[in-house]
Amino acid sequence: MKMDSNTTAPGINRRGLLKGAAAVGLTTLASTSIFSIARAQTAPIRIGFPVPLTGPFGAEANDQVKAAQIAVKEFNDAGGFEGRMAELLVRDDKLNPGEAATRTLELIEKDKVNFIVGSLSAAVQLSINNVSKERGVIFNSISQSDAINEVKDWSKFTFHEALNPHITAGAVGRYAFGKFGKKVAFLTADYAYGHEMVRGFQRAGKDFNIETVADIRHPIGASDYSAFLPRIQALQPDILCICNFGRDQVISITQATEFGLKGKTKIVAPVLLYTARQAGGDAFEGVIGGTSYYWGLENQIPSAKVLNDKFRAANGGAVPSDYGALGYAGVRSVLEAVKTAKSTDTEKVIVGMRGLKYDWYKGPQYYRGCDHQSVQSVIIVESKHKDMKHKNDVFSVVSIEAPDEAKLRTCEEMGHKA
Amino acid sequence: MIGGFSYDLIALQMVTGVALGAIYVLLAIGLSLIFGLLNVVNFAHGAFFMVGAYVGVFLFGLTGNFWVSLVITPLLVGGLGLIVERFMVRPLYGRGIDYPLLLTFGLSYVMIEAIRMTFGLTGLRLPTPPELRGAVNIGVGFFPLYRLFLIAITAVIIGALWYFIERTRYGLIIRAGARDPEIVQVLGIDIARIWLMVFGIGTGVAGLSGVLAAPLQGVTPEMGVPVLAEAFVVTVVGGMGSLVGAVIAGLLVGIVVAMTSLVAPDMAKVAIFTLMAVVLLVRPRGIMGRAGGLG
Repeated sequence: MKMDSNTTAPGINRRGLLKGAAAVGLTTLASTSIFSIARAQTAPIRIGFPVPLTGPFGAEANDQVKAAQIAVKEFNDAGGFEGRMAELLVRDDKLNPGEAATRTLELIEKDKVNFIVGSLSAAVQLSINNVSKERGVIFNSISQSDAINEVKDWSKFTFHEALNPHITAGAVGRYAFGKFGKKVAFLTADYAYGHEMVRGFQRAGKDFNIETVADIRHPIGASDYSAFLPRIQALQPDILCICNFGRDQVISITQATEFGLKGKTKIVAPVLLYTARQAGGDAFEGVIGGTSYYWGLENQIPSAKVLNDKFRAANGGAVPSDYGALGYAGVRSVLEAVKTAKSTDTEKVIVGMRGLKYDWYKGPQYYRGCDHQSVQSVIIVESKHKDMKHKNDVFSVVSIEAPDEAKLRTCEEMGHKA
Repeated sequence: MIGGFSYDLIALQMVTGVALGAIYVLLAIGLSLIFGLLNVVNFAHGAFFMVGAYVGVFLFGLTGNFWVSLVITPLLVGGLGLIVERFMVRPLYGRGIDYPLLLTFGLSYVMIEAIRMTFGLTGLRLPTPPELRGAVNIGVGFFPLYRLFLIAITAVIIGALWYFIERTRYGLIIRAGARDPEIVQVLGIDIARIWLMVFGIGTGVAGLSGVLAAPLQGVTPEMGVPVLAEAFVVTVVGGMGSLVGAVIAGLLVGIVVAMTSLVAPDMAKVAIFTLMAVVLLVRPRGIMGRAGGLG
């Protein structure tokens, strides 16, 4: 074969090579742009889900993920939205506001999520909310906070699926103060959640003329409460309100029981967690508290039965916890709003969510217009022990406070225009 | 009455402090033993404590008997300690104190992740043995039986360790080895075996503390993290490497926490570190510390 200076390889000259390269380049360019157009139509609807998977609230956070996945699967099994499937991007915020802000920013900037749902702390959710409202992304919070709906933290992108301390502690207080007495001691986790719960109890307590005999604050994530208990024991309060969460609740109630406090005092928790009760066992016997959801409602509420059955099927017979169910509701609200808005455009989905009148799992709910707080029922439960029929049968429902805007703080009080 | 608190309450609070202190002592003696005799700052101490709690729960699941867990767990965790010393810590002797420190620091992360992968993130429970449930009247008020048991078992363990180190032939060799390993070797004693044994005992006691703490606070992969900080405070206050110091400091920290909790509950955690700062200002080597410990 003849070789000349123009030849770079046998049979291929430079001109040919250039032409070829240009053609390949053009084809690639064309195909990628076609591909991008195609992808925009089938790109998944991404939901960022920052929750504290590790740390003292890990049990609750993991249940939130399991339940949120059910909402995503439900949406996808029904064909998604115009062929677009939902995708859940779970991140561990480690119960740390800084970590949560970083993860949220990554979810928005790098993973290009459409919405944020999640958080399991009154303090951490404010940090997630800060990032998402600055970036103009909807955030549906699934844990308790009073502050998030107040005008200084709130934005039109902020939705609050969970109950808040004002209404939860209020409902529990209204139930307990009349029944068990007026001498009240507080043992409280020293952060936003605890403080807001105490405020909620004390506000409800005004109508009952309660007397606060002690207001003891403990650091979040404490492993020993024994040093606080002799004093509470000596004060002999009628009611001890233990205002903490997750593992803190398990350990403090276990240790209070161990100190024999239940002899003269009724132990009350603003939020009595299903997961904590499971972890704490018989030490919880007789403890009264509020909850957003208990699986046992399935006898009265059809939507509860539907969620429970789906959760049981996906998780080997386990039932969703209170906060787990909130993970489901938080994600489902956003996805249903996408369907009603017929768009994933943030502004349109906001309108969609504001218009929802829904019953995902616990009876009728809606978001209040001024602050996007989900108006919903509060369930009061008492922990069982001896008469449990099976291991999930841990509570008896003693009272249900129906959804009622009048029980919330008014829009004006929160700084909103009504 | 003192400051609005009755004598009974103050006395009960003291007992609470002693019970808290008993846990601190148990945590600190393992750490102190290993540092005092091997000059190894064991940053995996909290992780061994946590593994002890998990092994305890696992054995309880198998046997249904708390006492079996209590006896076998320290042996298994001590065994794990032996493996760690033999294959990981031993090659680092003579290379400066930071090598084993970094090794054990990394090892603690590996252990926590391994437990998370095996037992899950959410934590487990070890019920208080039925015979130790409930509270008894100790004259000044009701106090949990299990915490009284903790005080007693801590006393027994301290007594046994003291006897072993101060009164037995092995103890003599250990003490001699801590003072001058070369001479001990010249005398024909295999110092490496002694160090192995000490590391095993130290980690075994950490494992035992884990089982004992489990009924009080539950069992989670992260339970060793705050414990490590507290154990270090106690060790530093007592004097790095001093067994007697660890006992005094542990009880002192427990009582300070309990008394602060009575007067100013918010300050309880700060009080631990304030105590450490004050002790270090007055006695830079800790209450019972000896010179040149970190050299």
